[in-house]
Amino acid sequence: MSADAILSERDIAFVLHELLDAEGLTRYARFAEHGRETFDGALATAQRIATEQFAPHNRKADLNEPRLVDGRVEIIPEVKPALESFAEAGFFAAHADFERGGMQLPWTVAQACYAWFQAANIGTFAYGFLTVAASNLLNAFATETQKARYMQPMLEGRFFGTMALSEPQAGSSLGDIRTVAEPDGEGGYRLKGGKMWISGGDHPLSENIVHLMLARLRDAPPGVKGLSLFIVPKYRLDAAGGPGPENGVALAGLNHKMGYRGTTNTVLDIGGDGPCHGELLGEPGQGLAYMFHMMNEARTIVGMSSAMLAYAGYRHALGYARERRQGRPVGAKDPAAPPARLIEHADVRRMLLMQKAIAEGGLALSLYAARLVDVKDADPDAEARREAHLVLEILTPIVKAYLSDRALEANDAAIQCLGGYGYTRDFPVEQYWRDNRLNPIHEGTNGIQAIDLAGRKVAMEEGGALHALAARIDATARAASAWESLAPWGRALGDALARLEGTAARLVEIGRGEGAPVQLANANAFMEMAGHLTLAWMHLKAALVAADALKVGAEGAEADFYRGKLHACRYVFTVDLPKTERLAALCESADRTALDMAEDWF
Amino acid sequence: MKVLVPVKRVVDYNVKIRVKADGSGVETANVKMSMNPFDEIAVEQAVRLKEAGAAEEVVAVSIGPQQAQETIRTALAMGADRGIHIKHDGEVEPLAVAKLLKAVVEKEGPELVLTGKQAIDDDCNQTGQMLAALLGWAQGTFASKLEIADGGAKVTREVDGGLETIQLKLPAIVSVDLRLNEPRYASLPNIMKAKKKPIDAHEPADFGVDPTPRLKTVKVSEPPPRQGGIKVESVDELVEKLKTEAKVI
Repeated sequence: MSADAILSERDIAFVLHELLDAEGLTRYARFAEHGRETFDGALATAQRIATEQFAPHNRKADLNEPRLVDGRVEIIPEVKPALESFAEAGFFAAHADFERGGMQLPWTVAQACYAWFQAANIGTFAYGFLTVAASNLLNAFATETQKARYMQPMLEGRFFGTMALSEPQAGSSLGDIRTVAEPDGEGGYRLKGGKMWISGGDHPLSENIVHLMLARLRDAPPGVKGLSLFIVPKYRLDAAGGPGPENGVALAGLNHKMGYRGTTNTVLDIGGDGPCHGELLGEPGQGLAYMFHMMNEARTIVGMSSAMLAYAGYRHALGYARERRQGRPVGAKDPAAPPARLIEHADVRRMLLMQKAIAEGGLALSLYAARLVDVKDADPDAEARREAHLVLEILTPIVKAYLSDRALEANDAAIQCLGGYGYTRDFPVEQYWRDNRLNPIHEGTNGIQAIDLAGRKVAMEEGGALHALAARIDATARAASAWESLAPWGRALGDALARLEGTAARLVEIGRGEGAPVQLANANAFMEMAGHLTLAWMHLKAALVAADALKVGAEGAEADFYRGKLHACRYVFTVDLPKTERLAALCESADRTALDMAEDWF
Repeated sequence: MKVLVPVKRVVDYNVKIRVKADGSGVETANVKMSMNPFDEIAVEQAVRLKEAGAAEEVVAVSIGPQQAQETIRTALAMGADRGIHIKHDGEVEPLAVAKLLKAVVEKEGPELVLTGKQAIDDDCNQTGQMLAALLGWAQGTFASKLEIADGGAKVTREVDGGLETIQLKLPAIVSVDLRLNEPRYASLPNIMKAKKKPIDAHEPADFGVDPTPRLKTVKVSEPPPRQGGIKVESVDELVEKLKTEAKVI
């Protein structure tokens, strides 16, 4: 398969190097041994493994979802070798320290590598992503002994990880978790309860599975403050650290999903079949705080995955529209003339352009967020770290929710471009849509993200996060004013920014006056507004680079690439950004339409 | 034993080749380039020989523009120990390459040269053979299996009629075919290690070789587009068409 069928190597290089100056990260001591050539080398290997080992079984894994046979999970045989290649190439440890066998790659570049796997086969990649996120959490909070026992084998791809939070009665509301933990008298804990929706909760792909599990100590207070985090392996470790006897984590069933079907999703019985031992991670009562370390990271990765599924759908629809002949252009008189290619129809070009704007803007925004992680973690200047942290805090719900909503729109348009064929299983676009449909749901639903943004993030540090983001957006708007061709977009961006700041202030006021339920009743509209602004900002940043490249004489295919960037920017400023006016009006009017609807009237 | 592996930077095998508008060659500006896939197989085999203890050092050599160093880096990331880059912009023909390689062989003294059987850009399939002739060494071409033992190389060759096994005396040139092995991916830790491995930079003049092309390219054009197929109604019709239209039976 050609790599360009799912993602654009040129665009990844554009975002990394022309837009985000990834090489600038090598100023930091942590990344000093890196340079363009190591970044390119890592990306080349990611692209090859993704296209040669992951993409070929994407459809097969969808058609043959994991099955439960005699209490064990059966998975198609292509998945294991693909993940073995991923492990052998070192991708489980791409970001980890050199001393632990990692490549110490900037998070930005590691994410760009992962983009290839997301576009190629999200269901198989999910095992890798869950493991990387779990090992990052252990790296932050585990003891050295725990790191050696559990994290190191995860970095080597021998153990896989999960985040075992939800229970049948506690999904979005983790405060209702009932799984309990009691001291086992050996310095550890014994856990009992049940878990639900645990992705990668059981499978035959790794030597062991390390669950990072939320549970409640017997005497803990109710609600989220009573939650602690435990390391619970599927198999207890033997003296040598290898997998020993079963640890009472029993697979009670598999959930049957509409998409992401290659990733097992499990119901787990904890401590019912036999004693289940766990090790406490960090301090008691800090479970949710620790979990959010993983969750915040997971949220930006969900945004990135959404954008990559949008990207894969876009590339397929584009290839199809360039070849498939159907209908004649509007105004054509001769019925005997040969049919036009789909791409010649304005409405098809509209749908392709919409997908391009979402996919490419989504890639840029996700990697922008990843770069904030690198600055936040590695910059020697405390103020730079603090500023990056604040911007990341406010961008995280936007990256997660706005991108996953828009990416689904993009996949919808990809299906529409293919017409009836798009609705069949003979073409991949319907699967991209189904896979992508998970993303507005998991890692905190988009409703929760909107409340987080409109309620918490805009107000945090007395509006400090919003101010930090606004300063960055304002700088782009100002830079655009230096270009005659871009100045109108710069002004439009500045106006929309002022509108968002005004609406945010008004929301805080509504919260103080009418109360939080009214303030947050239209959080979704505020999220959409912030998202349109953020996407337009990314496109204007890209347009500035493109205008510069064209000015210094880009030619041929390169010139077309940059003109495409300018045109995607034009699309967003023409179609999406103006919507912020209507959304602002809705938010600022403290509209009660949804609140006032009584249940009995349905 | 030292193994020398020549590696060529070519248009990536996934790229759809486009002929330049003036017919002077194929478009290479802003086109993805990577290591010739047959050369990857040669590098893999050399690294396996080293891992098996049959070779002590693997040296990758490339003749080409500055960016050919990236191709050498790929070989180093796969496990080669060091690189030699002979910088030359523009086309090089097999004979010039063979002459340069001969000079490198005389300087380095390898016992085995592992080459790809051909490069996918010009499909010449000449360099290995010319190098063997210039050096007066044994050669085993189109290898699908290679064993080093008792001071010699046992090479299984893919020939028209099947497989042919020959015993070569070392030093020798072996050109490798597709089925010899499946090349590994350059792993992330090895990409980091490759960064520290040395690449010696040279010019063709350092070896007293003039690489100016001796052949003139008259015109490059695309092959005629394929005609659409048809479905035949019966075997008789098929045979008839093979006789009268295709004229192959």
